[in-house]
Amino acid sequence: MATFKDFRNSIKPNWCPGCGDFSVQAAIQRAAANVGLEPDNLAVVSGIGCSGRISGYIKSYGFHGIHGRSLPIAQGVKMANRDLTVIASGGDGDGFAIGMGHTVHAIRRNIDITYIVMDNQIYGLTKGQTSPRSEVGFKTKSTPEGSVESAIGIMELALTAGATFVAQSFSTDLKELTSIIEAGINHKGFSLINVFSPCVTYNKVNTYDWFKEHLVPLSSIENYDSSNRMMAMQTLMENKGLVKGIIYQDKVKPSYQDLAHGYSKKALAKTDLNLSEEKFNELMTEFM
Amino acid sequence: MIDQLSWKVGGQQGEGIDSTGEIFAMALNRLGYYLYSYRHFSSRIKGGHTNNKIRVSTSETRSISDDLDILIAFDQETIDVNVHELRDGGVVIGDSKFNPTVPEGLNVRLYSVPFTEIASELGTSLMKNMVAIGATSAVLGLPVESYLEVVEEIFARKGAKVVEKNMEAIQKGADHFNELSGGQIDGFQLNKADGKKRMFMIGNDAIALGFVAGGVRFMAAYPITPASEIMEYLIKKLPEFGGTVIQTEDEIAACTMAIGANYAGVRTITSSAGPGLSLMMEALGLSGMTEVPLVVVDTQRGGPSTGLPTKQEQSDLMAMIYGTHGEIPKVVMAPSTVEEAFYDAVEALNIAEEYQCPVILLTDLQLSLGKQSVEPLDFSRVEIRRGKLVDQELPDTDDKDGYFKRYEVTEDGISPRVIPGMKNGIHHVTGVEHDETGKPSEVAANRQKQMDKRLRKLKNLRFNVPVVKQGQHTDPDILLVGFNSTRGVIEEAMPRLEAEGFKVNHAHIRLIHPFPTDEMKPLIDSAKTVIVVENNATGQLASILKMNVGQHEKIKSLLKYDGNPFLPSEVVMKCKELV
Ligand SMILES: Cc1ncc(C[n+]2csc(CCOP(=O)(O)OP(=O)(O)O)c2C)c(N)n1
Ligand code: SF4
Ligand SMILES: [Mg+2]
Repeated sequence: MATFKDFRNSIKPNWCPGCGDFSVQAAIQRAAANVGLEPDNLAVVSGIGCSGRISGYIKSYGFHGIHGRSLPIAQGVKMANRDLTVIASGGDGDGFAIGMGHTVHAIRRNIDITYIVMDNQIYGLTKGQTSPRSEVGFKTKSTPEGSVESAIGIMELALTAGATFVAQSFSTDLKELTSIIEAGINHKGFSLINVFSPCVTYNKVNTYDWFKEHLVPLSSIENYDSSNRMMAMQTLMENKGLVKGIIYQDKVKPSYQDLAHGYSKKALAKTDLNLSEEKFNELMTEFM
Repeated sequence: MIDQLSWKVGGQQGEGIDSTGEIFAMALNRLGYYLYSYRHFSSRIKGGHTNNKIRVSTSETRSISDDLDILIAFDQETIDVNVHELRDGGVVIGDSKFNPTVPEGLNVRLYSVPFTEIASELGTSLMKNMVAIGATSAVLGLPVESYLEVVEEIFARKGAKVVEKNMEAIQKGADHFNELSGGQIDGFQLNKADGKKRMFMIGNDAIALGFVAGGVRFMAAYPITPASEIMEYLIKKLPEFGGTVIQTEDEIAACTMAIGANYAGVRTITSSAGPGLSLMMEALGLSGMTEVPLVVVDTQRGGPSTGLPTKQEQSDLMAMIYGTHGEIPKVVMAPSTVEEAFYDAVEALNIAEEYQCPVILLTDLQLSLGKQSVEPLDFSRVEIRRGKLVDQELPDTDDKDGYFKRYEVTEDGISPRVIPGMKNGIHHVTGVEHDETGKPSEVAANRQKQMDKRLRKLKNLRFNVPVVKQGQHTDPDILLVGFNSTRGVIEEAMPRLEAEGFKVNHAHIRLIHPFPTDEMKPLIDSAKTVIVVENNATGQLASILKMNVGQHEKIKSLLKYDGNPFLPSEVVMKCKELV
């Protein structure tokens, strides 16, 4: 049995000291061990951004793709080999700006992968521009007078797009984050986990203290029922999206793989590529 | 008796014009004739003039003909638009419903047959196309029974009664025509065909069949003309093999999803046309940089932008060769016939895996959609080669993190490839410059090594027949050069030019990139004039030829970019002007 240490390599992350992404990395490593994975059965696919570097810092199969495209790559990996555990990950710009189209469609497609977003409400790697998660009035290099565009309520959007697993967490809550990632991996379908992961260098508003002050744990809400979509939506709206915990989970809906007509139960990557001559002749005859 | 003729049916889009042509052609294909069809259609579903021109021949043909023998018209517009194509003494058969007329002064024979009325009397006006087919068979002197097999297959599901009614419609159409013409008219009887069984298919069918035979088990794609048939075929067939197709949200997703699945070990393709390829450019670079095999089909159509979406053009050439920023190894192959499209689809998959790079399988609209008779394919030529894909257990590595050297610097530049899930195979894949285990690295020496390694891979690319060579002259007056669907028209122009005293050779380029300079140079050196025939406005293939071979002064361009394929007569005429 692998332990979280087996998911480590010797590469020193190039993140700034104090960056929230360190804890997200640790949580993924712990969750992977806790659910009983071996490093060679895990593929971590990431986008481009400070956060996107994560695929290189976890010892597993890793694919660092292009900006905004971690989801289609990850879905391709899973479709090719349903025996692998696939985690997609990246920043809020990666997933909710350039990659937003893929995010919405991955949600409604419901392929069994786990998507972990390191949401710092800013573009870190390109040195501090506004992100779709930045609040109105947020001053950045690209919005010197303050952003005038509304922030995306990503959890609400996920719910309306048909998500079957929606959760939010905070990078310092290593224990909670780890258990949410475990739940996401175990969920049969697409799981979206948005993690507030502060950028200590460029975001001086949404700091660790700010999140501690504003985030409402769902565990503190009496009778919160994560299988109730209406309640999930209402709670999100009442709290401006600033809640943490598993917001919604549909344990009944089958995943894409289970619904796709004819799709092999055996990992496609392990199936035989060869056609019999008889079958080939049959296919030719259809054109005659 | 004649050896070939051309038949065209026209009307409003959505009126069953395609199925009329289809039934006519399928029946003749079954008799062993060679068919070649050209569909004129617009980017709309209902309304607008559409026509289907079908050439019937006793020998193989891969080009539309200059003129027309028989025109079937469901409206006057069809006559107005197409009558000029008819040869002297050609036949027009129009539906009496619209009182067909032909312009004065033309030597054509007009017959007005009540297609719609006869069909309605038999129960439904939908059968008017069957009446038209019947009239056609009377002109050709073909027995009505020739259609029985095809009609039975198409309408079997609807029951014997429907089959019977449709056959009756054909019979009535033939009878009515014979009454009007007072018996067989001369000049339209085809010599008997060889009766051999051939497929009747479009290039996209052949490519899709090649992919199934070549081991494709997953596809990610977004619909577009003229590529969609590839996706539609795989949607139908892959589930039989446990595979599936995802219709993605866009072509960026299609291409990156295909990359993810190829990385994970499944032969996965995507197909599109110009607009989709433009969206895939960044992803092509990712495939090149990460050395993940990838096959993308580009079915060229009229550009730029949305351009002429349902028309013939060959203007993506430069974009396919050079598209994506930075420098990657990439193969661009261009089959010139439907048969080749099949074998090349299989080979594209092999090359992508052997050289671990993106492969563009380039076609054009006429090759992709022109339905034609195709000789049975040779299954023994289907071979699956996966290159340096590791399929044995791996020993422990000496890397301090236990990482596998996925990007090991090797002599041929190709590194062993493992897929996720393998023990001791863990490595990192990134579009960022990386070291041998895939970890990001900006070290100058490493950069140079990895760049050289990637670009070295195609230095020794093995490719079956990069150039199809026709004509035996050692000192030709003209060397005709083309790619993709212009092969047929060039083949047809050659003997005509020879008959006028020119010595003509033909080189059809099947491997566009890396350019087969060694093959092309002697052909160009020996020719007095080189004429590059291509469906674009800027002479892209001619430029590539000049860039690789030189000889600028003797290379001339014969261009057509009005959306229609070349006619043989156009090639002959323009060649004479250019020499
Ligand atoms: C197509 C493309 N456009 C722009 C960029 C430049 N770029 C790299 S990362 C990034 C945004 C990063 O922000 P985010 O996704 O939030 O990640 P973070 O750095 O905050 O973790 C941008 C714009 C790129 N790499 N590719
Ligand atoms: S810039 Fe911000 S997001 Fe990037 S590593 Fe530094 S703290 Fe983290
Ligand atoms: Mg960010």
